[in-house]
Amino acid sequence: MRIFVTDFDGTEHELEALEGWRVMEIIRDYGLPIKAECGGACSCATCHVYVDEEWFGKLRPMEPEEEEMLDEAYDVKDNSRLSCQILMGEELDGLKVTLAPNPD
Amino acid sequence: MSDTMHKTDVIIIGAGPVGLFAVFELGLLDMKAHLIDILDRPGGQCAELYPEKPIYDIPGYPEISGQGLTDKLMEQIQPFHPTFHLNQMAESCTKLENGNWQVATDMGTTIEAPVIVIAAGGGSFMPKKMNMEGEDDFAGQSLFYAVRQREVFKGKDLIICGGGDSALDWANTLQPEANSVTLVHRRPDFRAAPDSVNKFMELVDAGKAKLEIGTPEKIIGSNGQVEGLRIKPKDGEAYDVAGSCLLVFYGLTMKLGPIANFGLNLHENLIPVDTEKFETDTPGIFSIGDINWYPGKLKLILSGFHEGALMAQKAFAYVYPDKKLRFQYTTSSTSLQEKLGVNDKAA
Repeated sequence: MRIFVTDFDGTEHELEALEGWRVMEIIRDYGLPIKAECGGACSCATCHVYVDEEWFGKLRPMEPEEEEMLDEAYDVKDNSRLSCQILMGEELDGLKVTLAPNPD
Repeated sequence: MSDTMHKTDVIIIGAGPVGLFAVFELGLLDMKAHLIDILDRPGGQCAELYPEKPIYDIPGYPEISGQGLTDKLMEQIQPFHPTFHLNQMAESCTKLENGNWQVATDMGTTIEAPVIVIAAGGGSFMPKKMNMEGEDDFAGQSLFYAVRQREVFKGKDLIICGGGDSALDWANTLQPEANSVTLVHRRPDFRAAPDSVNKFMELVDAGKAKLEIGTPEKIIGSNGQVEGLRIKPKDGEAYDVAGSCLLVFYGLTMKLGPIANFGLNLHENLIPVDTEKFETDTPGIFSIGDINWYPGKLKLILSGFHEGALMAQKAFAYVYPDKKLRFQYTTSSTSLQEKLGVNDKAA
């Protein structure tokens, strides 16, 4: 399985994805600059990504907890998600996301 | 010695799980500790980020919450009576002529000790900024990320950004004394406690406060003085609201902060240490937990516990240069059991 992640300078990276991993973990493990301060507890909004339009509808809808946490993210858009809340599975093979800005 | 000047054996910067357990390991070796933390309570990330979330990799606890672990650690170190300096940030570190270190906080507390242990995790929890152009020019003058002195906001036209408890509570609290209150939030739902939300909506219905749904786009003003905020609603054109003071409550993020200026070597914002004593390249300054770095480092709470135990062995040599350290086990040593208050037979 693969996911495609566009980083801050617009470069697209192809990442090997593993079933059951959170997309945040896949991005972090690959070494892209994702803060993910709380380590996947849906408590910090620093793993914010934009999901490509064609994939957005295929994700499991947000739980209220994730929607609430997005209040603390920057530049939230309609296709914003927290990547720690996206669980990798066959149906997401080829998923495309873009890292959202995460200023210091 | 005044209330704000202290002398102790070990200064621990950071009261997260690793800093707390260090108190235990130091205590067994008769070293007293003072802890400094920017949060208002012990526990660090466990208390701030995931108090309710279960942790599964603490030895002996198949499952424990962040707050549960904090509570247990506080119970475990209680016999050693650590002193906490909360709500403050360690700001500077100076070597004194007598060889001791002195750490000063942003609240004016100073602590002197032969040993410093930096257990600051991911850094200090600090308010998230708005990430707007020119934001820093307004910060501290007419833009604030916390309410420290309420008088500042009296008679002002307040624009409050955010949808959590801090935003709603301060909107409600400051409304009677402010000239006007406008709350700006990105969506019509709030994560703040329903009580606070209801109270605020009553103010809005009574015409005593305003609610704007949208995302801030630009701070309007000059020379440090906020004059308004441009807001972009989800659909439609951006518009401006007037205000003389901005209050921003976007939650907390972790930053290394002033530790970066302690004169220590850094490796990608982490503090390199050896793996025998977990000491930095500056003698007497140790670093344990998520904030340190060495080959093979794993950012696990349990690694920080181990690091604290080894650190204490070397710290002893600084605190008691003339004493010989005798390693003992809590299971058998009556003197350790006395320190822990668990020895019935000792008396």
